[in-house]
Formats: sequence, structure tokens, C-alpha cells
Amino acid sequence: MSVTQQILIIVVVVAGTMITRFLPFLIFSQDKETPQYIKYLGYVLPSAVFGLLVVYALRNVSFTGFGSFLPESLAVGLIVILHYWKKNMLISIAGGTIFYMILVQFVFIY
Amino acid sequence: MTFDNHIATLKYAFPKTIPILAGFMFLGISYGIYMNSLGFGPAYAILMSIFIFAGSMEFVAGSLLLGPFSPLSAFFLTLMINARHLFYGIAMLDKFKDTGRKKTYLIYGMCDESFVINSTTDVPAYINKGWFMFYVTFLNQIYWVGGTTLGSLFSSAISFNTDGLEFVMVALFVVIFLDQWMKERYHVSSVIGVTSSVLCLALFGPDNFIIPAMILILVALSAIKRILEKREVIS
Repeated sequence: MSVTQQILIIVVVVAGTMITRFLPFLIFSQDKETPQYIKYLGYVLPSAVFGLLVVYALRNVSFTGFGSFLPESLAVGLIVILHYWKKNMLISIAGGTIFYMILVQFVFIY
Repeated sequence: MTFDNHIATLKYAFPKTIPILAGFMFLGISYGIYMNSLGFGPAYAILMSIFIFAGSMEFVAGSLLLGPFSPLSAFFLTLMINARHLFYGIAMLDKFKDTGRKKTYLIYGMCDESFVINSTTDVPAYINKGWFMFYVTFLNQIYWVGGTTLGSLFSSAISFNTDGLEFVMVALFVVIFLDQWMKERYHVSSVIGVTSSVLCLALFGPDNFIIPAMILILVALSAIKRILEKREVIS
């Protein structure tokens, strides 16, 4: 690929990304009243999307052996406990991540 | 907005972005190293981080540049990978209203992490919501571009064992999900989000499940609209 072709690919990727970000705002402009159905979606979608993001972030976890999903399961479990106990975002995230790093670096070594 | 207001808003916004700072530094550095390993100079990684600003897509774009020249398939691949942004936009239609000229940047910089923070934070009265969202988005982009720059310039100098640090992004999403779960009265939308995604992941695999999952979520949420309205879950 020549440099011009590379730049073209990057421009296309930028354009595609921006379409997905701007489209809802272009369709439902500020001046017109947003349809009831879209308002409803705007209200209920975040919860569902956060669920989707959790699954998306864990999408490459495989269930072929204990070592391949136990670190993730244990770390997510710890995050849930920490978060219900302390209700502090930073403690939950740091605790879960450090615990996961210890697990993959020292406990589940392959 | 006076200068002091800006400082107060920035002071309020920064702590909310600390997990992203950790995650983006790590992922950004990884991306810089990855692009370097593919043989691209620092300018590629840095410019792509500024203009695309969508982490997973940038990794994919790196491999696209090495393949055959095919802009059309690159375009449709981008739309598919980033389709979840459509949901973010719909959810933020109201919150981005009346943000003036900042609105264009807020939409342009709406990556997963900025969306997550901007859609869940209830700012106190003394903070301007529009500027808060602006600073969150801007800080996140600085972290990402900064990490990418570091990674592409100093890829050989990193010696500390970072295995597993990438889990910080998983942790962030889990915590946001839990926060929402504790806040909401009915969990039906959260449950729909997780079950639709898991089902589609099992059926279509990790590379192709997002679009089917989004469709399933839309269908399920539309199907229960009447029931939710009757129970006055939504006003």
C-alpha cells in the first residue's frame, strides 16, 4: 500500500467512526421534539449498554480450562464484593486489577 | 464561566477519570508498541489516536493498513465495530442539549469510557454539566494520545511486568454496571443487556456478536416498553 492509500484508509476509518457517533444527533436535531420511542430508548439503553460493555470486555475469555477463566471470574467476584462493601469506584477498580495481575503473574502461570 | 469555575470543574472531573488514566496509559502504550511492531513510525499511531480516538478500532486499523487496499470493506468494518456508538448517541441526546459549541467535540470524543462517565455522573449544582463533560472527554483523549505517544517513542524501554494491567478496563465496566444496578429500581434493562450479549457471544463468537446483540437488545426493550410504562418505571 502506498502512503496515499494508507492515508485514504485512515480517512475512511475516521469517517466511519464519526458517522456512528454523529448520526443520532443529526437525525434527532435540537429544534424538533425527539420522538417518544427514542426518548424511551435514551432512558433504558444505558443499563443494557453497560451490560453489553461488560460482556464485550470479557469476550475473549475462554472456558477451555480452569486457568483460562478463573483469574477473570475471581477478579470480577472480588470487584463485586469490594464495590458492595466500600462503594468506592477507585478501590473496586484498583483492588480488582491488582488482584488480577497477581493471579496471572504468580498463580496461574503457564 | 470564570477561570475559577473552570478550575473547580476540572478538579471535580479529574478524580472521575483516574481509572481511565491508568487504563488508557496502559492500552495507549500497548497500541504504540503494537504499531511500532507492525513497522509504522510514531506519526501513524499518534495521528490515528487523535483522529479516530476509538481504541479497538485503531488496533484493527493497524492491521488494515498491512492488508490489500480496500476502502469499502474498511468502511463497513468500521461501522460494524463502532455501531455501539449509535446507542451512546441516543442515550446522550438530552444530556448534550444546550452544551453550545462544545457539543461537536463531546460527540466527536465520545469513546466508551467518556460515555460511561458522562452518562452516569450527577454533577453538583455548582458545576456546569456541559463543561464537566467537556473536561472528562478532553482528559480521556489526552491520556489516550499521551499513552500512544509514549508507547510508540519508547517501546523498548518498558521493563516492569504489566501482564494483566489491561484488566483495568474490564474492572471499570464492571464497576459502572454495578453502580447502575444499585441505583436502578428495576433491573430489567441491565438483565436484557447481559443476557442478550452472552447469548449472541455464544452464538456468533467474539468477533461478530455486537451487532446481533444490539438488535436483540432493541427488540427486547421495545417489547417491554408497554409493560414498563404501565408500571410507571419511566415517567
